[in-house]
Amino acid sequence: MGEQPPRMETDKLSAMYGKFTAVKGISLSFAANQVHALIGPSGCGKSTYLRTLNRLHEVSAGGWITGRVLLDGEDIYASSVNPIQLRRRVGMVFQKPTPFPTMSIRDNVAAGLMLDGRLPKAEVDEIVERSLRQAALWDEVKDRLKASALGLSGGQQQRLCLARTIAPQPEVILLDEPTASLDPQGTQRIEELVVSLKEHFTIIIVTHNMQQAARLSDTTSFFYIGQLIEHGTTKQIFTAPTHEQTEAYITGRFG
Amino acid sequence: MTAPTKSSAVHQAPDPTSGLLGTSRADQFFKGLLTLAALLIPLLLLALFYELAHGSAPAIAEFGLKFLTDDVWDPVAEIYGAWPLLFGTLLTSFIALVLAVPLSLGVAIYLTEFAPEFIRKPVAMLIELLAAIPSVVYGLWGIFVLIPILRSTVFPFFRDTLGFLPFFDGPIYGPSVLSASLILTIMIMPFIMSVSRSVLLAVPNSQREASLALGATRWEAVRTVIVPYARSGIIGAIILGLGRALGETMAVTMLIGNRHEISASLFAPGYTMAAVIANEFSEAGTTLHIASLTYVALLLFVVTVIVNAGARLLIWRVGRKSGG
Amino acid sequence: MNPRAYRRFKSHVMVGLMGVAVLVAVLPLLAILVSLTLKGASSLSLAFFTNTPVPAGETGGGVLHAIVGTLMIVGIASLIGVPIGIGAGIYCAEYPASRLAGITRFVSDVLNGTPSIVVGVFVWTVVVAQQKHFSAFAGSIALAILMIPMVTRTTEELIKLVPVSLREAALALGYPRWRTSLTIVLRTALPGIVTGALLSVARAAGETAPLLFTALGSQYLSFNPDQPMAALPLVVFTYASGPYEEWHQLAWATALVLILVVFLLSVAARLATRQRFSSNG
Repeated sequence: MGEQPPRMETDKLSAMYGKFTAVKGISLSFAANQVHALIGPSGCGKSTYLRTLNRLHEVSAGGWITGRVLLDGEDIYASSVNPIQLRRRVGMVFQKPTPFPTMSIRDNVAAGLMLDGRLPKAEVDEIVERSLRQAALWDEVKDRLKASALGLSGGQQQRLCLARTIAPQPEVILLDEPTASLDPQGTQRIEELVVSLKEHFTIIIVTHNMQQAARLSDTTSFFYIGQLIEHGTTKQIFTAPTHEQTEAYITGRFG
Repeated sequence: MTAPTKSSAVHQAPDPTSGLLGTSRADQFFKGLLTLAALLIPLLLLALFYELAHGSAPAIAEFGLKFLTDDVWDPVAEIYGAWPLLFGTLLTSFIALVLAVPLSLGVAIYLTEFAPEFIRKPVAMLIELLAAIPSVVYGLWGIFVLIPILRSTVFPFFRDTLGFLPFFDGPIYGPSVLSASLILTIMIMPFIMSVSRSVLLAVPNSQREASLALGATRWEAVRTVIVPYARSGIIGAIILGLGRALGETMAVTMLIGNRHEISASLFAPGYTMAAVIANEFSEAGTTLHIASLTYVALLLFVVTVIVNAGARLLIWRVGRKSGG
Repeated sequence: MNPRAYRRFKSHVMVGLMGVAVLVAVLPLLAILVSLTLKGASSLSLAFFTNTPVPAGETGGGVLHAIVGTLMIVGIASLIGVPIGIGAGIYCAEYPASRLAGITRFVSDVLNGTPSIVVGVFVWTVVVAQQKHFSAFAGSIALAILMIPMVTRTTEELIKLVPVSLREAALALGYPRWRTSLTIVLRTALPGIVTGALLSVARAAGETAPLLFTALGSQYLSFNPDQPMAALPLVVFTYASGPYEEWHQLAWATALVLILVVFLLSVAARLATRQRFSSNG
């Protein structure tokens, strides 16, 4: 990594809720077409940090930040940037599956597409199919695209959310503990997907499952109490951590 | 939207209480519409108060506070005093509360704490349905079913057994303060029941179990733990019921006999604030008559606002206690 | 009796008393339903629904004018009251910590208990007295004022039940805030909001007092909202207070129709909620 400019980076980024600082002065960069894992014990600020990358943090009550977040070298917090447009370039999948309960499977996947005005139906159908295929869900749902998304299993719902996120072709995908509410089988499907998707997207995943980070990611960052303790290639972090705290965490001595 | 004057490195929500930021023109427009709708409600309260005060100005100028204590209401001589109306309103509501509260609380407590499952649901549903019956229907039933029964059997019985009390003495009319009070009782019961039932349901189960575990009988658990826990909510429910009773119009108008007099006997006709407005407003000819009726409406409005505000504050307190 | 047995005895007595309370409370309420059905049903006929009133003293005649009147007055009231109530409810749910939301919430609760006759006087002052004539439209405004606070509170409560995660998912997908509110949040809470709105419509349909000096009532079939108009509750009141036996019969029949309208709306309201929303979150 490091030969080409990073897809996304943060520069002395701090994130606050009112007067409480959840994330303290973090500078990190994420290379394109790789999987980047953020690990650390609960409450370490990794999810808050993730939510600053698509400006969802400012949606929380009292949420504000200092510092800079760059996407392709451009400050996403500049006053000229529309957060709505930004969020179409930086997609996100949450801890719990969030299919829109009033929409069919097809409409769920198309939900993000319909925002830029009307696309011809054929084109939408094509994108829906492609996205569902990329999310490895097509074969399971192709016969019931018009059915409610709530009839799917938890794992299927999460893959549906992934399909919905990739349909508008974002550059970066943020995953906030995407397997936390899934059974082992569902988890495995998602993990396989994440690896296959990095061909097209840059992926940043928050997880507190260290095996998952080790299996999936190219780089790993360890957060502790709002601070970045250590960052490096996944191999280096898991085999030769330089900080005591990192080592303690990955060997399961705390957290 | 980020204010242009702000340093580009600091991005704070302009209004930390605003939650999500409006970011586009469409968002601003949408928020504007919502704000307008939300603003309309407090404005409505102010407008009600202002218009009623404005409309009653001639009567306030003419009679002032003496309006509250004078007992002559004579549209021909243009003299208006609302004391019999105030008295009738307070008396009927008082009697209705005295009768309705023990019954409603008994039912509410029975339904939440003791009743078997097959009674709970149907009775609760019946109560909800009864709360939905229009007041004019209660009035109709009162005139043609309740009053004949009262006049032929119940009132004579009262007079024969309790006639030594001035309240149960004198000639028996059908339409009377007592008839109106009884119909009010029937009408506010479902209301007090359903509000206090929801308050009782909000009492955490742990409270019940803790008390029973100490060896209390189920009634002792209710009396010493559950009712005290829900007390302010129950008082709130009762006050809300009072607000209903004070403002109830149609059924009372149809049953109270509509006479501007105060009589010791509950068998005699009377009048209430709401009833006089219902009866006289559309026929009022003079400015002073209309203003006097509006004055009555203003008084009724102010009283019910105070009563309801108090009740809501009490109920909210319970909600916060069990919520936090 | 030993103290323990006495305590158990007392508990049983109190429960027994409460059982009696249930009977005493439910009895008159059942009596109302029974007399309505018995007295009302005998006067119901097809002609009752298709005819307008005949002069006093003659038999026959119907309440078509009042059915049309109630539909129109309540319909217009809903068109005014429901959108405003929903808008205010969304505001209170979306900006829960704002000062305006706190005030609106509280005032809604207070207005919910305001006597409807007072609202009638208010509307008479601001509409009827200005226009110098009674009108169905004035009646609609009075009913709308009664509906708004009720719809506001239910809307807010139901929107609050929609999981925050859904809202964030929509925002993360690039939905503007207004679209998130309308197409995701409101749409998800819609069945419940429909229930609340229908219940408020049911309540408005039964209101008499606010119509007495706004819509006034009328003996004729009318479709003009700028003119006085009949309504079912007004007809019940007029016929019940009149001196003729035929009128009393009509009053019972009309009351039965009114109750059916109100109950049907209430039942429809409960059915709307039954198609449950969001199973996740």
